[in-house]
Amino acid sequence: MHNRVLMNGNDAIGEGAIRAGCHAYFGYPITPQNELTSYMAKHMPEHGRVFIQAESEVAAINMVFGAVVTGKRAMTSSSSPGISLKQEGLSYLAAAELPAVVVNVQRGGPGLGNIAPSQADYFQATKGGGHGDYHLIVLAPNSVQEMHDFTIDAFALADRYRNPVMILTDGRLGQMMEPLVLYKGAPPKSPPKPWSLTGARNRKPNHIRSLLLEVDALEERNLILQAKYKTILAELVGFDEYLTQDAQVLAIAYGSSARIAKGAVDQARAKGIKAGLLRPITLWPFPRARIRQLAAKVKGILVVEMSAGQMLEDVQLAVGERSPIAFEGRMGGAVPEESDVLTALQHLNKPTRKGARS
Amino acid sequence: MSTSRSRPKKTDRIIYRRPLSLVDRPTHFCPGCGHGTAHKLIAEVLDTLKIREKTIGVAPVGCAVMAYYYLNCDISEAAHGRTPAVATGIKRCLPDRIVFSYQGDGDLAAIGMAETIHAANRGENITVVFVNNSVYGMTGGQMAPTTLNGQKTATSPCGRDSRSMGTPIRICELLNTLDSPWHIERVALDGPAGIRKARKALLTAFKGQMEGKGYSLIEILSPCPIHMRLTPRDAVRFIKEGMIPAFPLGVFRKEGKPVT
Amino acid sequence: MKARTYTVRIDRNRCKGCELCISVCPRQVLELSGEINPRGYHFTRAANPSSCIGCANCSDMCPDTAIELREEMNRHA
Repeated sequence: MHNRVLMNGNDAIGEGAIRAGCHAYFGYPITPQNELTSYMAKHMPEHGRVFIQAESEVAAINMVFGAVVTGKRAMTSSSSPGISLKQEGLSYLAAAELPAVVVNVQRGGPGLGNIAPSQADYFQATKGGGHGDYHLIVLAPNSVQEMHDFTIDAFALADRYRNPVMILTDGRLGQMMEPLVLYKGAPPKSPPKPWSLTGARNRKPNHIRSLLLEVDALEERNLILQAKYKTILAELVGFDEYLTQDAQVLAIAYGSSARIAKGAVDQARAKGIKAGLLRPITLWPFPRARIRQLAAKVKGILVVEMSAGQMLEDVQLAVGERSPIAFEGRMGGAVPEESDVLTALQHLNKPTRKGARS
Repeated sequence: MSTSRSRPKKTDRIIYRRPLSLVDRPTHFCPGCGHGTAHKLIAEVLDTLKIREKTIGVAPVGCAVMAYYYLNCDISEAAHGRTPAVATGIKRCLPDRIVFSYQGDGDLAAIGMAETIHAANRGENITVVFVNNSVYGMTGGQMAPTTLNGQKTATSPCGRDSRSMGTPIRICELLNTLDSPWHIERVALDGPAGIRKARKALLTAFKGQMEGKGYSLIEILSPCPIHMRLTPRDAVRFIKEGMIPAFPLGVFRKEGKPVT
Repeated sequence: MKARTYTVRIDRNRCKGCELCISVCPRQVLELSGEINPRGYHFTRAANPSSCIGCANCSDMCPDTAIELREEMNRHA
């Protein structure tokens, strides 16, 4: 395979996983991520690796659980309703501190919704999603190239922090084709995993568990998790900035929405408006400090999402009273129009305007 | 423990002692509970086949969950019902290890029925140890898929009424309709003879897995005196007189072929 | 001449007094002790050890693996 290829986003994730040394993939059909499952069905066996079409999303995430307790890298993917079904498994993975990669190619919701792109699973992805106090590391690609690259990062991060990592993308990025440069390096180095289950040969038996009936023991476990999350918050925050240096109005958007927002920023600049874009790459940990910094310099902030305003709440938490915040969002699989984003930016740029929506 | 490992005199023959694969620790199980017996039999088989160091067990929610306290091998918990899926993930990644799941009737036949059937249908080379004691133990004696008609439980206080609650599900018979399983057998902890048969069945299943034969399931009819609301002795009698007529014993699948 | 004798050792700390061993012993070797172990259970004891025939019914039946059974070969003049 040539290193520069044309691929859709779902396939790019699949190829990324293979190149990251993903040993096992477990999937279940759901649109709009089916290309990924098909890609893995075709290519995992070619590499002597494991592919199973599971009986359900629930079974798939638990097969991932089984695979990663052996110390091997494993992944599953799905789309919104299927990701809801995986939440119990994600809680167990987080509780047992197991490294796994889960891809959510989001579609319109709630309920069965539709198969159009959406970003309405932000709360579920970034706030835990399942039961208990835990976090996933959440990465948000905005191009086919990033779908590929972030998948490789996801496996490395999962191993480094012993934590499940979610790639939160959407049907648009999953289906669209773009040229990309394939990763050529060796798979990210896997740290030693003395905790893994391989048979208790010349050592004491290892146990993977999350049941801790004694209150003290479970609180202690939680404190360890929280300390880890604190480390991740300090080490991992990722974001991309575009024309923010002199920006007076700031758009904040991730994934697909960031592509639209970027177009609107360019149009605003052409009209003489000093617009900029901050694009969170890690949704958890969220780039709160940088947003707070920028908020102090700008006249207003516009959050653009394909949802009713979910990341908006994290922006509000970061910004407080420092800047007015406006929101441009569409729901149910609808995508914000670049022209509407531009209008909203222009609106924020008006000199004496008081808080658009804060 | 002081007495348990003393060296026998030259003229001694040990007829029975605690298998090495069983941790020297009293169990949390209630008096007369069959889980202890099932654990012991698995440990004996691990000893006999010398596979303790390459065995990985999967224990789900329920009284089964604390297997890691008692079985001296690598063990993972699993979410309720997902045991065969977790076992599948382990076995596919480490095909040369011995992987078994240890499941109760709620886990295997209610919440985990889909995983049970599909792991069997894929012919996963794993061994499923199915402890059928006709009730949910850990949560307090609720009705299970294998509760007998008329049996009183916390959630069938007037007895299981087949008109609205269904009838006991016979897992061995159900799985035997599939093409892929290699060995399916039902045994009962209804006395020393039954226990010896159970030991032999487990040996067949684990040995088959070592030889790469494929999916095996051993259903063990087992006493839960507390939730059967009986003394340990009467719980054993209940297995004989109540459970065995509803769940006939025997080998259902042998060498990959249904036994007729 | 050789005589076989059998020793039934009961780990009183593991025993929970379920009496299943007693119920399956063909020679009434075992009985429940009046004593209580540290976990609060009456435990089984070998009341008539000389009657034991080493059939292993008790050790097979015991859910708590509390019974160890040995055969001793005693040589008599």
